[in-house]
Parts: sequence; C-alpha cells; structure tokens
Amino acid sequence: MAGKSALSDVVQKNGREILSAWVQRQQTDLALRNNLLQPGELQQQASDFLTAFGPAIERGGTDSTTGEAWSPVRDLLSTISRSRARQGFTPAETATFVFSLKRILFDALQREVKDSTQLADEMWKASVVLDDLGLYTTETYQKGREEIINRQQQELMELSTPVVQLWAGVLALPLIGTLDSARTQVVMESLLQSIVDTGSSIAIIDITGVPVVDTLVAQHLLKTVAAARLMGADCIISGIRPQIAQTIVHLGVEISDVMTKATLADAFAVALTRVGLAIVRKG
Amino acid sequence: MDITRSEVVAVRAAAEVVNVRHIVRRAAVDLAFSLVEQTKIVTAASELARNMVDYGGGGDLTVELLSDGIRKGVRLIFEDQGPGIPDIQQALRDGFTTGKGLGLGLGGAKRLSNEFQIDSAPGRGTRITIVRWKGSA
Ligand SMILES: Nc1ncnc2c1ncn2[C@@H]1O[C@H](COP(=O)(O)OP(=O)(O)O)[C@@H](O)[C@H]1O
Ligand SMILES: [Mg+2]
Repeated sequence: MAGKSALSDVVQKNGREILSAWVQRQQTDLALRNNLLQPGELQQQASDFLTAFGPAIERGGTDSTTGEAWSPVRDLLSTISRSRARQGFTPAETATFVFSLKRILFDALQREVKDSTQLADEMWKASVVLDDLGLYTTETYQKGREEIINRQQQELMELSTPVVQLWAGVLALPLIGTLDSARTQVVMESLLQSIVDTGSSIAIIDITGVPVVDTLVAQHLLKTVAAARLMGADCIISGIRPQIAQTIVHLGVEISDVMTKATLADAFAVALTRVGLAIVRKG
Repeated sequence: MDITRSEVVAVRAAAEVVNVRHIVRRAAVDLAFSLVEQTKIVTAASELARNMVDYGGGGDLTVELLSDGIRKGVRLIFEDQGPGIPDIQQALRDGFTTGKGLGLGLGGAKRLSNEFQIDSAPGRGTRITIVRWKGSA
C-alpha cells in the first residue's frame, strides 16, 4: 500500500461505474420521494461528489474528514443537505445520499483489491469516512431546517402591528402581511385589551395590507368582531379590495352583519359620526 | 396539453402554508393572471394546504403550469398519506368540519377553481387536484 490508499485509486478509476450504480441505488431507496428532485439533479450531485471525493481521500487521508483537503467535499454536502431540507426530505432520506455509497464502494473494492487483509483494511477506511460524512450531512440538514424556521419566525414577527387611537373613542388596527398564525391571536387580543383600556366604542380593523383572506383569517376576524361587540364596541373592517370581496363571496363566508368599508378613510368618517363628531371645512 | 413547469413543495407545518401561498402566487403571476384570478387560486391553495397539515398529517404540493393551445393555467395537486376522507360529499358541504374551522375550505376551494377533483379513501390518504385557467373570470 505504501501510504497511498487503494480506495482513492478505486474511486478515481471506476468513477463511471460507481456513479451509475450509486445513482440507481439512491433512486430505488428514495422511491417516490424522488419526485421532490429536479430531473438530473441527483445525477449531477452524485457526480460532483465523486469528482471531489477521490482527490480528498488521496490528499487528506481517511483518518479525519475535517482537514483542508476535505473541504470541497464538505461544502458540497452542506449545499446538498440544505437544499434537501428545503425540498422536504427527512433527515434519514438526506443521509441516504452518503450511506448508500457504502455498498457500492464495497463492491468496487472487492472487485479491485485481491489481498484479503488489504481488502478488509480498505473497507474499514471507506466505512469510517462515509460514517463521518453521513453525520456531517445530518448536521447541516439540521442547520438548514433551523434557517427555514428562523426565516419563518421573522415573517411572523412582521405582523406585530400596533393598535392606534385615531381619535378619542376611535381605535384602528392596521393589519399587514400574513394573518394565519398564533401571532394573529395576539394582535386581536391586543385590540380587545385596548378597547377596554381606552373605553373606545368603535374599532377599525384595516386589512389593506393583508394579501389573502382565507377561511382561517375570516374566522379570526369574525371572532374578534364578536368579542368586541360583547365588550360594547363596534368594529368596522376596512380595506376590502375587489379581489378580496370576490374571494370571500366564493368561500361562502357570512360577513353581512359586520360593517365593511372599502377604505380606512371611509371607515374613519363613519366612526366619527358614531361618536358624535363631524369634520367641517374651515371658513 | 403540455406541462411547461412543475415543482414540488413539502407542506408539513402550519407555518409552511405561507410558503405555499408565495409559490402559487408566483406561478399565477408568471402566467400573467389578473389580480382577482391570482387571489382566487392563492386562496384555494391556502385552504387545501392547511387541510393537508391539519387533517392529513402534512403532504406534498405539486405546482404545474399548463399550456393547452393558447390556454394557460395552473394545476395544483395536494397529496397526503393521512387518514383520508370517509364521506367526500359530507366534507364538501358548507359548514361541515371535524375540527374547529368554518367548514368552508373544501367547498370554497372548489368554487374558486375551474376544475376540482378529490381522490380519497379511509386509510389511503387524500389527493385533491385543482386547475384555474387564465381569463376564466
Ligand atoms: N386532507 C384531508 N385529510 C383528511 N380529512 C380532510 C382533509 N381535508 C379536509 N378534510 C375533512 O373535511 C372537513 C372539511 O374541510 P374544510 O371544508 O376545509 O373545513 P375545515 O377545515 O374548516 O374543517 C374537515 O373538517 C376534515 O374532516
Ligand atoms: Mg379547511
């Protein structure tokens, strides 16, 4: 062996056979889940991996995969597992990418290495390296999931909308963005709390900034209106644009006993009248 | 009829329904759907994606852009391996819910789509396919 690993030779010399056997194996393992990938994506990733794998063994050895020589392989795996996380693969399915190569490498080694002591040694090395890389795959997959969750939490936070007092007795809640989360509950509750705190008799919920009103959003809105009513305050829902009005009708959501206005300005005018005020032109 | 583009998105958690709306919106915008048409298909997608999470234990959405002569459309396929729907007629009825919803999601999604098809049986999961064609009001 003389320091040089038969493993890297086998990988580099039998690249094409290993690639096709490996891709086939993964396709079988992933079965139907394969449709989460673009056509050719798996082939490309497997081929990129093998291209980086051989030289990494040769230069970096198999004792550890953390060295500089292994960094192209690790970078590649990191990209692949993050994208698997986004595509909806499970951690196990993601790790299969690496683990499924074991059997293929063992077969190739068996064909190429005749001496049985050396064969056992090379198989051990292949096994250690792939276990190491498999763990790394799982770790980066986890990081990928965390990134997705962080981004989503960010989106939800954007919903933290303040309740504003437009006039004594008149509140407004301008809603912006996505409305179907636990966050909505919080925002709606804060409106009810403000009604109590300010003794307001009318509240405008403005949904100009809400792109979609589905049945869950409608349910939240209706619940809030009903709760406010029990507390002696009327709600006006404003900012219902034509496309939203049409979808609400198709969904079959009953909002006829809720006062609605096209714009916040219209709603404000109604609210002022309700509290006995009028806007007049000076002079 | 040709499928000019196809992508699959996993929908496992309620927070991922936002993502579904973005992806479907993008598909509708790419086909130059009007704002009303966009809103209809996005709203239908939101309902069906949430049902998949709430009742189907999560599933996959396939978004396809269709081209049929000069007609252009979006096809959405929602697939889960959940418990399935025992009585489809009942589930479609307005106001019917086994959860805490308004019971308008399935019927609403059907009214918001040009084509609507449910394949479901107890223990075999649920597949719902909807299509909206551009310019079909
Ligand atoms: N993917 C699904 N898997 C199993 N059951 C479902 C699925 N989608 C809908 N259902 C059933 O159909 C019912 C009606 O759904 P829907 O009209 O969306 O109303 P809601 O979501 O408010 O209950 C649900 O309560 C549920 O029992
Ligand atoms: Mg529903």
